[in-house]
Amino acid sequence: MVRLHDVFKTYPNGTKALRGVTFSLESGEFAFLVGPSGSGKSTVIRMLIGEIAPTEGGIVVSGFDLTTIKPRKLPYLRRRVGVIFQDFRLIDKKTVHDNIAFAMRAVGASVKEIRRRVPYVLDLVGLDAKAKSYPPELSGGEQQRVAIARALVNNPDLIVADEPTGNLDPARSLEILTLLQKINELGTTVLVVTHEKSLVDKLSRRVIAIDDGRIISDGTGGYYGYEEY
Amino acid sequence: MKSIRTGYYIHEGLRSIFTHGLMSFASVFIIVACLIIMGSFSLLAVNVGKIIGEFESENVILAYVDDSYSVEQGRGLGAQIEAIPNVRSAQFVSRDEAWETFTSKFEDTSRFENVDSSVIPHRFSIYVDDVELMAQTQRSIADIHGIAKVNANLLIAKGFVTIRNIVSGVSIALVAILLVISMFIMSNTIKLATFERREEIAIMKVVGATNSFIRWPFVFEGFILGLLGALFAFVAQWGIYVVVTDAIIKGQSAGFIQTIPFARAAPALCAVFVLIGLIVGVIGSSVAIRKYLKV
Ligand SMILES: Nc1ncnc2c1ncn2[C@@H]1O[C@H](COP(=O)(O)OP(=O)(O)OP(=O)(O)O)[C@@H](O)[C@H]1O
Ligand SMILES: [Mg+2]
Repeated sequence: MVRLHDVFKTYPNGTKALRGVTFSLESGEFAFLVGPSGSGKSTVIRMLIGEIAPTEGGIVVSGFDLTTIKPRKLPYLRRRVGVIFQDFRLIDKKTVHDNIAFAMRAVGASVKEIRRRVPYVLDLVGLDAKAKSYPPELSGGEQQRVAIARALVNNPDLIVADEPTGNLDPARSLEILTLLQKINELGTTVLVVTHEKSLVDKLSRRVIAIDDGRIISDGTGGYYGYEEY
Repeated sequence: MKSIRTGYYIHEGLRSIFTHGLMSFASVFIIVACLIIMGSFSLLAVNVGKIIGEFESENVILAYVDDSYSVEQGRGLGAQIEAIPNVRSAQFVSRDEAWETFTSKFEDTSRFENVDSSVIPHRFSIYVDDVELMAQTQRSIADIHGIAKVNANLLIAKGFVTIRNIVSGVSIALVAILLVISMFIMSNTIKLATFERREEIAIMKVVGATNSFIRWPFVFEGFILGLLGALFAFVAQWGIYVVVTDAIIKGQSAGFIQTIPFARAAPALCAVFVLIGLIVGVIGSSVAIRKYLKV
């Protein structure tokens, strides 16, 4: 599903964000990506959605070779990869329902498909009662669930989340991570960037740890070798 | 599928026009203003061209035939003159005919009693196609064996050409400048629309909308604004033209200047306005949206 091979990324200003990153995610897998601030986590995520290109190395996501992908093809990669951000990125003047329908319309879905699919994903994230609300009327956790529903609505192969719990209290964070696991159980591959050490330890899933642009550990369990982030 | 999308583009484009109505109004207004200025100058140029054309057609070259030639010999030169490229027509006037025309202008012919037509030569009245080439044509006629002298009013011919060149030069420059200005204003209006919706555009990109899908509503918005501008401008231009030409025609008793009726210029003017409006709208909006589509 996801394959990074010896990936380097140097930003135009000379910052070496990644210095040889290699890891893979099989289809249906769930993994956390952890590491200190500035270690390159967001850089990995931005690469997976084709927002930036690697300087060196190979990346394949859902069958798209991102080292050679043409800009014209990027939309089709992005339809296979759902993204969730720390700051939700909802449209405040659209209702919850319309925020999700908007993502379907953007890829040319028909009214009929939208009518069928939006209630389904709203139900999945437990927000069917809030369909007519506007994002500012929702709690942070609820807003993030709307964002998850939106990432999910076009039925992607992979969901990547960059600190989806960064703005939430621990109880809401657990809810969100549990929801992402549930989505994973339904068949979607999930990669979550997070700083929630205690939650990561508790959930006992695969953890990929990155520091200074290099993978320093990769295995199931807790935070390897790290005490504080 | 296709019709659903077209409906979406139209809906989004129209919605955007109304959500920032003032700016839309401003850009339509600017397009109208620019088009009217362009249109007025073009109509002026067309009318000046027509008036000059009328003067031109009266700008005749006179070629005098050698005194020793008989009427028949003189008339025989006509074919040679008409063979010269720029000559449209050459009319032979015998000395008797010329004499008659001359004397008929006077009521009292008694003073001509002691003179007769032999004092004046046979001649040709020659009309040319292009006054600009008049000097050259004059030389070619003079070269013909049997032509004694050629009179052409080169100064006036040159004046006509200069006036026409100035009017069309100014018109073209104005049209070019105004085109750029209205495109700039249009682009700014659409830029405002894209700026208001930059979050939505960013989300559309993230979920995998194609660039053309994102671009179309804005292009449609520019299209509609351009079209509206063109139609308003056409109606306004119509009114202005009718009022101004009426005033010109009433203001002069002799009917010296004849203007072109609006109906004659209307189809071309309308087509040009719509074309310019659409070009300005579509290019302006495409330029405005470009920056957001890069990510
Ligand atoms: N657009 C950019 N241009 C230049 N340098 C950048 C850019 N984005 C990130 N960097 C640098 O690259 C390195 C990795 O950044 P990245 O955002 O991937 O870190 P991160 O692991 O996501 O950190 P955090 O946990 O704080 O979000 C940092 O040193 C950062 O300053
Ligand atoms: Mg980050």
